[in-house]
Amino acid sequence: MASFRAPPRKGENFELSADLNSEYKDKRKDAIKRVIANMTVQKDVSGLFPDVLKNMQTDDLEQKKLVYLYLMNYAKTQPELVILAVNTFVKDTDDPNPLVRALAIRTMGCLRAEKIIDYLCDPLQKCLRDENPYVRKTAALCVAKLYDLKPELVIENGFLETLQDMVSDSNPMVVANTVAALGDIHAAATANGLPAEVFVITSTILNKLLVALNECSEWGRVVVLNALGRYETRDEQESEHICERVVPQFQHANASVVLSAIKVIMIHMRNVRSEALAKTLVRKMAPPLVTLLSNPPEVQWVALRDINLLLQKRPDILSSEMRVFFCKYNDPLYVKVEKLDIMVRLAGPNNVDALLSELKEYSSEVDVDFVRRSIKAIGQTAIKIDEAAERCVNVLMDLIGTRVSYVVQEGVVVMKDIFRKYPSTYEGVIPTLCANLDELDEPEAKASLIWIIGEYANKIDNADELLGIFVDTFTEESYPVQLQTLTAVVKLFLRKPDSSQGLVQRILNTATKDCDSPDVRDRAYIYWRLLSTDPGAAKAVILANRPPITLPRTTVSPALLEELLGEIPSLASVYHKPAETFIGRGRIGADSVSKGGVELTDDRATARKAIQTVAAGQQAENLLNFDDPASSNDEQPTGLAATTVLDSTPAAANLLSGTSSNPLDDLVSIFGNTGISAGAPPPPTPGQPTHLNVFGGMSFGAQPMSPAPPITPSVLQAVSPMPPTQSQQQPQQAAQDDLLGLF
Amino acid sequence: MISAFFIFNQKGEVLISRLYRTDLKRSIADVFRIQVISNSDVRSPIITLGSTSFFHVRVNNLYVVAVTKCNANAALVFEYCYRFNAIAKSYFGKVDEESVKNNFVLIYELIDEIIDFGYPQNSEIDTLKTYITTESVMSTNLAAEESSKITTQATGAISWRRGDVKYKKNEAFVDVVETVNLSMSAKGTVLRADVDGHILMRAYLSGTPECKFGLNDKLVIDKNERGIGDAVELDDCRFHQCVKLDEFDSTRTISFIPPDGEFELMKYRSTSNVKLPLRVIPTVNEIGTSQVSYIVTVKTNFGNKLSATNVVIRIPTPLNTTSVDSKVATGKAKYVPAENVVVWKIPRIQGGQEVSFSGTASLTSTTHRQVWARPPIDVDFQVLMFTASGLIVRFLKVFEKSGYNSIKWVRYLTKASGSYQIRF
Repeated sequence: MASFRAPPRKGENFELSADLNSEYKDKRKDAIKRVIANMTVQKDVSGLFPDVLKNMQTDDLEQKKLVYLYLMNYAKTQPELVILAVNTFVKDTDDPNPLVRALAIRTMGCLRAEKIIDYLCDPLQKCLRDENPYVRKTAALCVAKLYDLKPELVIENGFLETLQDMVSDSNPMVVANTVAALGDIHAAATANGLPAEVFVITSTILNKLLVALNECSEWGRVVVLNALGRYETRDEQESEHICERVVPQFQHANASVVLSAIKVIMIHMRNVRSEALAKTLVRKMAPPLVTLLSNPPEVQWVALRDINLLLQKRPDILSSEMRVFFCKYNDPLYVKVEKLDIMVRLAGPNNVDALLSELKEYSSEVDVDFVRRSIKAIGQTAIKIDEAAERCVNVLMDLIGTRVSYVVQEGVVVMKDIFRKYPSTYEGVIPTLCANLDELDEPEAKASLIWIIGEYANKIDNADELLGIFVDTFTEESYPVQLQTLTAVVKLFLRKPDSSQGLVQRILNTATKDCDSPDVRDRAYIYWRLLSTDPGAAKAVILANRPPITLPRTTVSPALLEELLGEIPSLASVYHKPAETFIGRGRIGADSVSKGGVELTDDRATARKAIQTVAAGQQAENLLNFDDPASSNDEQPTGLAATTVLDSTPAAANLLSGTSSNPLDDLVSIFGNTGISAGAPPPPTPGQPTHLNVFGGMSFGAQPMSPAPPITPSVLQAVSPMPPTQSQQQPQQAAQDDLLGLF
Repeated sequence: MISAFFIFNQKGEVLISRLYRTDLKRSIADVFRIQVISNSDVRSPIITLGSTSFFHVRVNNLYVVAVTKCNANAALVFEYCYRFNAIAKSYFGKVDEESVKNNFVLIYELIDEIIDFGYPQNSEIDTLKTYITTESVMSTNLAAEESSKITTQATGAISWRRGDVKYKKNEAFVDVVETVNLSMSAKGTVLRADVDGHILMRAYLSGTPECKFGLNDKLVIDKNERGIGDAVELDDCRFHQCVKLDEFDSTRTISFIPPDGEFELMKYRSTSNVKLPLRVIPTVNEIGTSQVSYIVTVKTNFGNKLSATNVVIRIPTPLNTTSVDSKVATGKAKYVPAENVVVWKIPRIQGGQEVSFSGTASLTSTTHRQVWARPPIDVDFQVLMFTASGLIVRFLKVFEKSGYNSIKWVRYLTKASGSYQIRF
């Protein structure tokens, strides 16, 4: 059989045509197989259409299936010839063999040719009422196919009503496929803006579904569970009833059944007011969730992303199960990263020691990305659990002691966060950090260390010397480092005016004259003017206390969280962002397929547009919320800190780590790059509360990626390199920043 | 739902391509090839480009890919990919490029049967085999009756069993297979120890038998109020779709009508009181920068009537190792430079025995000294008639209308492969 894929000979189609017309049965069948093989490797065999068609009338089921497969592929290109096949199809739907009947109706639905659709309705009508359940279940889905091609026909022929009756069918598989078809049509209708009356689940249907749930196949159960998730209960009792009936599905071997059952419970639990019942439900949820981790890695990953969401809603679900999330040495990276995030979520005073020794272990692994994330996780643990902060710092110091370059750099970045959370607590480690000055070559690490030096300038004897090193190389540094150096030197000057007069003069001069970043120049001018007019005000602005940082419990807004929990285990719940962001518009009908190559670019454009709208929406929300915390901080003059205040507003946090960082991977890949390219710094992964570290980037100013437009640090840019499309929305935001910065 | 299904080989050539819905073009396969196969740094099993999402699973050297254009159920898509692998495996043994090429006609037939319009249909291997066969089926009037029976079964409430099964000798074999996951810290404390258990059953029973199955797990035992002493606590269990879940939920009895032949009745997980069959005590010292010395002792932790077989211990060595001088009294130890491990194979260790390995790895000097990551020691083994969780099958009762007697066999096996890890 391998010979079917032999390299093309001259005039192969000619040869095939001869064989297809051969008088020997075997030869003809062989030829059909070769045609299919060619079709698979995308060779054009459409010219053989009439020859293949001749072989359709046969008793050999396998051959029939092959001819049908060919027809499905080329019906569109040969609409006039397809009509020749209609007779055989219609005849087959009357065959005594149910398999043949089902095959005919299944294939007819897949032929995307206008001409044949008109002949489909009568046989379909018949098959929907066939005595054999196998034919009925196939016909049910065929209605959805027909709707996809020509909705009018479905409505005219009353197929919808027939389907609605079929929900009460005695066969569970027919029920499942009917529900699937109705759901599919419903989704298509709503996407096209039609009134959503296609599939209204009434309480009678509900009972049918609950009965079918226990009888149908695993895939059918998922379909039924989806429908149950859409049902709007009338009262609490009904919600409880659904929960009770769905809970047994937690024990199913198929992960998608388990996760779909969890979704239904999460949806209907909203209406359960009895605390005891809610508790029982949550308790019953935990073991199946843990068991999902023994699935293959891809399924595991989906489960982990969903567990992450569930923990944001109910942090207590897996409180005693942290150990099962420990990474195995051979887990794929995407699984490890999710496990890290979940471990930090589950960390508490009682299990923090186990977590820390585990994180320390990970920090000596080979994968640089994973090591960095592990170190970040140590920092997050320190910020989350006050009691453990000291132990975390000790672990970090051990790690920095290894002098492995990337470990040290990440360690410094993390220490800066710890200093922000616990000011003036761990000053003892500063000398160790400064000792590693030469090791640092990444902007973020450098900027972090400079920030620490500036903040504790009065406690570091040789602060002026250390900062002097950076002032010397000022023009060669990247902008975040420049901004941070500038601020640190001014802080040093305000704290120790005597020893650093020269230094501050020098840097203000360089920054205003030789620097090509408008951000750096602007900041330098502001400092200069502040210092020269009112040193007291300068002190109040520059040395102001920063608001403390905390680890947010959620990475998405509460409303979005509810929505996502109701969509477990869909793509939306895996990406932690609403479906609209990656599904451009409703499904594309048969007609638009013909547009060919345009389609893909077209889709990208729509997706981009969708993300823009979402981002814009988020921004609007952000700007609205902005007043709130800012005004509460009004009393303390926050010059520079204004940008960091943003970080602590919930909307901004949300924007940073949840919704806006997520499209990044996506966007980056849309623009033809690799999702995460090897050389570039890894963009924040979905769900990772990255803004902890991002705050550093924010106060340090714009990213090197966007040097051209004269924009002051803005939230979105600080996250990571952003495609240019998004920056259009930023001037508004930037203006806000500007005002506060000047204030 | 699933809009298209592809199989690619390592080079990115399309071996199988099937579009289920009208929202995609065949050329979408090229996008996947460019974005995933020719991209060396893919770090997620789902790639979304625009509104098209690619789900891929790697099997041997193949990419099994499902493409969706909607907010699809991600768990379902992956479960389906793995189910496809299982079905393909049972149809033609190994799933690799050659077997896919040789069986492409059969594969098309299968994927058309198990997915319709993007919705997975019947994926029960046993049932599929009744009407999708490797020999061609002739559709004559005689076959119509037969296929009518098949289709009723394929869609029915017990889609996994034919009604007319007959055996001379009614037998049922139960295999309890436990996989131990261990991760032990360098200090010898257990970080994580749990058991993934599978209960496999081979049922050769006539008619439509109703089976009831009992284990010594706590939930059941509590109900019966006896034998609490040796009860095992199961954290969770999941069942084959033949098990009546509502009955299990209300009365904790496992009752089912089994498929004919082999199937996985139940999976379970246990984390409490895991008996570790092997104890590994490593002593590894880095002597200067040129040598690493090893002493690894393995002790068995079960009765001396039992024995661990096929024990393979992988002891990692630094990347710049040139040679390893190893001494073992039992088994064979060999340095495998390609994997940077010493593989120590022991065909059999009796219960109560202790074996040890000592060796020295000599290292070359490197210009850039890198800290050795010290990956964990990995142990693979099998122990027959031993369960790490302590689980025992209490009973298996078979009820059938005709009231025949059946013979039941139970076997236990505890094993580890790739997840029994000891850090040092």
